[in-house]
Amino acid sequence: MPAPIDRRLLGESRVARVHLALAGLLGVLSAVLIVAQAALLAFVIDRAAMGHATLASLRTQLIALAAVLCARALAGGAFELSGRWGAVRVMSELRGRLARRLLLASPERRPTSARTGELANTAVQGVDALESYFAGYLPQLVLAAAVPLAVIAWVGALDPVTAGILALTVPLLVAFMVLVGKGANAQARGRWQALALLGAHFLDVVQGLATLRAYGREHAQERTLAEVGERYRAETMATLRVAFLSALVLELCAMIGTALVAATIGVQLVDGALGLQAGLTVLLLAPELYAPLRLVGQQFHASTDASNASELMFAALDAPVAIARSSAAGGAPAAGAVPWAGVAPWAGGASIPDPALAPVRFEKVGFEYPQRRGGVLSDVDLELEPGLITALVGPSGSGKSTLARLLMRLDDPTTGRVACAGVDLRELHPEDWRAQIAWVPQRPTLFTGTVAENIALYAPAATRAQVERAARAVGAERLIDALPGGLDTVIGDGGRRLSAGQSQRLGLARAFLAERPLLVLDEPTAHLDEPSALALADAIERLARGRTTLLIVHHPALGEIADRVHRIRDGRIAPESALTLAAGARPIAEPGEVPA
Amino acid sequence: MRRPDTRALLALALPQRGERARLALSVALAAAAAAAAIGLLATSGYLISRAAQRPPILMLMVAIVGVRAFGIARAALRYGERLASHDLALRQLARLRVRFYRGLAPLVPGALGARSGDLLSRFVADVDTLQDVYLRVVIPGFVSLLVIAGAALAASLMLPAAGLTVLAALTLAALLLPWLSSTAVARAARRQAPARARLTSELVESIDGASELALAGRSAERVGRLRRSDAVLARIARGDALAVAGAQVAGGVLAAAGVLALLLVAIPAVHAGTLGGVLLAALVFLLLAAYDSVLPLSASARALRMSATAAGRLREIALARPAVADAAAPARLSGAGALCAEGVGFRYAPGLPWTLEGTDLRIAPGEHVALTAPSGAGKSTLAELLVRFHDPDHGRVTLDGVDMRELTQRQIRGAVVLCAQDCHVFNTSIRENLLLARRDASEDELRAVLAAVELDEWAAGLPQGLETLVGRDGELMSGGQRRRLALARALLADGRFLILDEPTAHLDGELAARVMHNVQRVCDDRSLLVITHDTTALEDFDRVLSL
Repeated sequence: MPAPIDRRLLGESRVARVHLALAGLLGVLSAVLIVAQAALLAFVIDRAAMGHATLASLRTQLIALAAVLCARALAGGAFELSGRWGAVRVMSELRGRLARRLLLASPERRPTSARTGELANTAVQGVDALESYFAGYLPQLVLAAAVPLAVIAWVGALDPVTAGILALTVPLLVAFMVLVGKGANAQARGRWQALALLGAHFLDVVQGLATLRAYGREHAQERTLAEVGERYRAETMATLRVAFLSALVLELCAMIGTALVAATIGVQLVDGALGLQAGLTVLLLAPELYAPLRLVGQQFHASTDASNASELMFAALDAPVAIARSSAAGGAPAAGAVPWAGVAPWAGGASIPDPALAPVRFEKVGFEYPQRRGGVLSDVDLELEPGLITALVGPSGSGKSTLARLLMRLDDPTTGRVACAGVDLRELHPEDWRAQIAWVPQRPTLFTGTVAENIALYAPAATRAQVERAARAVGAERLIDALPGGLDTVIGDGGRRLSAGQSQRLGLARAFLAERPLLVLDEPTAHLDEPSALALADAIERLARGRTTLLIVHHPALGEIADRVHRIRDGRIAPESALTLAAGARPIAEPGEVPA
Repeated sequence: MRRPDTRALLALALPQRGERARLALSVALAAAAAAAAIGLLATSGYLISRAAQRPPILMLMVAIVGVRAFGIARAALRYGERLASHDLALRQLARLRVRFYRGLAPLVPGALGARSGDLLSRFVADVDTLQDVYLRVVIPGFVSLLVIAGAALAASLMLPAAGLTVLAALTLAALLLPWLSSTAVARAARRQAPARARLTSELVESIDGASELALAGRSAERVGRLRRSDAVLARIARGDALAVAGAQVAGGVLAAAGVLALLLVAIPAVHAGTLGGVLLAALVFLLLAAYDSVLPLSASARALRMSATAAGRLREIALARPAVADAAAPARLSGAGALCAEGVGFRYAPGLPWTLEGTDLRIAPGEHVALTAPSGAGKSTLAELLVRFHDPDHGRVTLDGVDMRELTQRQIRGAVVLCAQDCHVFNTSIRENLLLARRDASEDELRAVLAAVELDEWAAGLPQGLETLVGRDGELMSGGQRRRLALARALLADGRFLILDEPTAHLDGELAARVMHNVQRVCDDRSLLVITHDTTALEDFDRVLSL
C-alpha cells in the first residue's frame, strides 16, 4: 500500500471508527454491485449477440441492469456523503477538544501569535483536506480490499484458470506497489517538499519586496526567481522520472493482466471450454479488479494533505499541560486532557484571603519550564503591600511576566511559595484565587462584540451606567465617542480594529469595572508615545486607588506613580531594590517603609 | 464564475512560445493513451465475441496482438504524458511567478496600501493555483474532446445510430457532470464562507485571550460559544455535502442512462441484422472505456473555477498603477546636496484625511537629525516619501535640489537608504541578509556593522557563524535581534542619507542607547535621520525635531 491509514487520525475519534465501519459496508456493497453489473451486462450482450434476442425478451435483465447501475451511483454518493459528514464530525470534535484544551486546561500555554492564526485556520479550513481523505482516499482503500476479493471469487466460479491468473497478478501488483511505492513515496514527499520550499521562497521574496526595493535589489531578484524556478524544475523532473515509474509498473501490470485474460479466454472460447457469457463477465471484471488498486496510489496525496492538516492540531493537543485545569468552570473535565502537571491539585479547605487587606509575599520563589534548561526565576523574595503600587522593572526576558503569571496562578513555582495572608496560593482553588485579580496584559485581547461588552469582560452583568463610568474613569470616553456607534460599535477581529493604545485603554476600563482587589498591569504603556503614556499614567493612578497593584513597567513616567520599585535581572530581584527610574521621579521608599 | 475572471484566466493560460509545443505533446500523448485504453477494451470485446464463434485460431491473432499492443502502449503513453505535462506545469509556474513578480514589484509598498501583508500571501497562493490550469483543466479538456469525437466516430462506423448515441451520452456527461459538481462545490464554499470566517476569528481571539478569559472566569462560557458557532458551520456543511453527493449520484445515473440507451439502440440492430453480433460487445466496451476519460472533467471544472477566481484577483493587481514612475530623461545629481521635503502634503487616497500637511524637513550633508512624533502622526509615511515610495500630493521632495520626480528610483535609492519599521528579514543566512545592501562588502565590513549593533559576539558564538539560517521571517532570532540585523544591513549600504524608522523598537533602554550611539559613530560621514517615539538617548544629534 502506498500509505498506511493514518492511525492517529482514525484512532483519535470515535466518529471516525463509526465512519470506517460504514465505509467497509459500502465497500462490500459496491464490490457486489460491480460483479452483478458485469454478470448482467455479459448476459444481455451474449443473448443479443449470439441468441439474437429482442429487447422484449431481455426486459427483466435490462431493468435489473438499470437498477444495479443506479445502485452503484447511489453507493458512490453514499461514500461521498458519509465521507464528508465524517470529516465534518471529526473536525468539530477536534476543534471542540482544542477549545477545551486551550481555554480550560492550559489557558497560558498558547502558541505564538504567528502560529495562532495558522492553528485557527487549520482548525477551520483543514476540513477540506479531511474531506478528500474521508470521501476520496478512504473509500478507494476499502474498495482496493473488497473488490479484488469479490471479483476473484466470482471469476473462480466461472473459470478457475483466469481466476488463477488474476489471483497471481494481484499479489504481484501489490508486491510491486510496496516495492516501487516505498521509494516513490520518499520521492513524492521530496517533490512536495521541493514545491513547498519553492513556494516559501517566492512568498519570502514577495513579502520582502518593500525591503528589496529600498535597496534597489528588486530587479536582481527577478533573475534569482527564474533561476531558482528552473533549478527546481530540473531537480523535480529528475525525481518524477523515477516516481512515475511506479505508476508505469502498476499500469503495465494491470494492462498485461487484462490482455492476458482476454487472450486466455479467447483460446478457451475457441476450444469451446467456455461460453461467451462467462468470457464477457471475466473480461468486464478484469479492469475493475485493478482500478481501485491504481486509484489508491493516485489518491495518496489526499492522505498526506489530511495528515498535514491534522498535524498542527494534534501538536496543539499534545502540548504538555503546565496549568491548573479549572474543573469548577468546565463542569466535566476536558476529554483527553493530560492531568495537572504544573499546578498542584487543590487541597481545598482554606478560606480565600483578601489581597486588598493582607500582603502577597513571594518567598524564595524559583521557577523553571519543564522542557527548558535553566531557571526563569530563582530565589525571589518580594512583597506586594496592600493598597500600594509595586513596580517591577527589568530588561525583557528577565522574568517579569513569569512572576506575574505565578501571582495569577497561571503557573505554580518550582521552589518556594507565593502566599497571601500566610496562605500558600496552592491551597486555594485556582478559580477562587483568580477571581480576586484583574489583569491588563501588554496587548489586551479585544473580543468580537460591542465596546460595552468588551469593557464588561470581568463583569458581564454590569449596567450601562457602570460601563460608562468605567470608561470615563480611565479616560476612554473620547475614543469611544469618536467611534461611529459609541459604546455599541462592534470591535475586534470581526469588527472595527483599534490601535494598541486604544486597546490598552479599554483593558484598563475592564480592570476598573472588575472591582477586584488585586491588579496586575503588564507594560501598560508599551508602544505608546510620550503624551499618551503620560495621560495613561493618570488613569492608572486612579485605577490603583484602594487596590493592591503589581505594575510591570519600562516607561519612566509610570515609575513616578509607583510606591515601590523593584529591579529584576536574570530572574533575581536586584539587591539595590529601591531605585529611581527617571530624573525628577520622587524618591522611592525603602522596602517596608510606609510612604508619606 | 464571473466572466471577466474567465477572460483573465484565458489571457494567462495562453501558452507562451516554447510552451505550445510541449502542450501539444502532452495533449497528444494523453489522447493516445486514452485511445489505447479504449482500443484495448473494445478489441477485447470483439476478440471474445469473435472467439465464441469458434473461428480458426489464426483469425484471432490480429486481435490478440492488438490487445497486447494497446495494453503496453497505454502504460507507456501515460508515463510519457505525465512527464510532459508536469514539466510543462513547472515551466509555466516559474514563468508566472517571474511575470507576476515583475508586475507586483513597482506596487509595493506604495500602491497597495494597508493590509498588504494579507494581500501578498493571497497573491502567492493565487499564482500557485494557476499552475493547475494545464494539468487539471486544459489537458483533460482537450483529451475529452478528442475522445468524444473519436469514440463517436468509431461507433458510427459500426452503426450510425450507435455513433449518435455515444456522442450524445458522452457530450451530456462532459457538460452536465462538471457543471453539476462544480456548482455544488462552489455553492458550498459560498454558503460556508461567512460561518468559517466567523469561527476562525472566534478561535483566534479565544486562543489569544485564553489567559484573560481564565482570569475573568469566562472560559467555560467561551467554550460553549465556540461549540455553537461550530454547530452552525457543521449544519451548513452537512447540507452542502448532501448537494455534492447528490451531484455525484446524478452523474452516475447519467452514465447508466448512456449505457442503457446504447443497448436499446444496438440490440434491435443486431436482431435486425444491421449490426454484427460480434460488434455489440465492442460497442458497449467502447462507451464504458470512454467514460473513464470524461468523468475526471468534474475535477477539472472545480479547478477551472478556482483558477478563474485567482486569475481575476491577479488581474486586479496587474491593472493597478504603480505609485511612482521613473523620469524619462532623468536629471543629474551633484552628489553633495541636501535631502528636503518642501511643504509636503500627502494622503493615501482622495477623500481620506491628510496624513501629512505642509511638512518641511531639510537634512544637510553629514547632518544627524532625530525626528520624534506621537504614534499615527505620519512618521513612516514621511520616511517613505523621502525614498520615493510615494509622490507627494502637494509640495515636493528634493535630492541635491532636484525634484525626485525628475530622477529614477535607482538614482534615489542609491543615495537614500531606508530601514523601515517592518523591514523584512529573509529566510537565508545572516551573511546573505547583510549582503543584500551591498554585494561586494568585505568580511571586515560585515563584522564592523554587526559590532555596531552588538550582534558580533552572538554571531561569532553560533556554530555556523554568518552562514546560520535565520528561518522564515527571521523566526529563529528574537524580535530585538531581528531589528538589529536589519539595522546592520542598513549601515552596510553605501547611500549618502540613512533613514532609520524606529531603529530601537524591541530593544531595552541601555542597549538601545548603546546601539544608537554606535550608529551615529559609524555614520560619521553620512547624513542620518532617525524617526522614533523614544525620546531618550537623542542628546548627540545635531537637531531634534518633532512632527
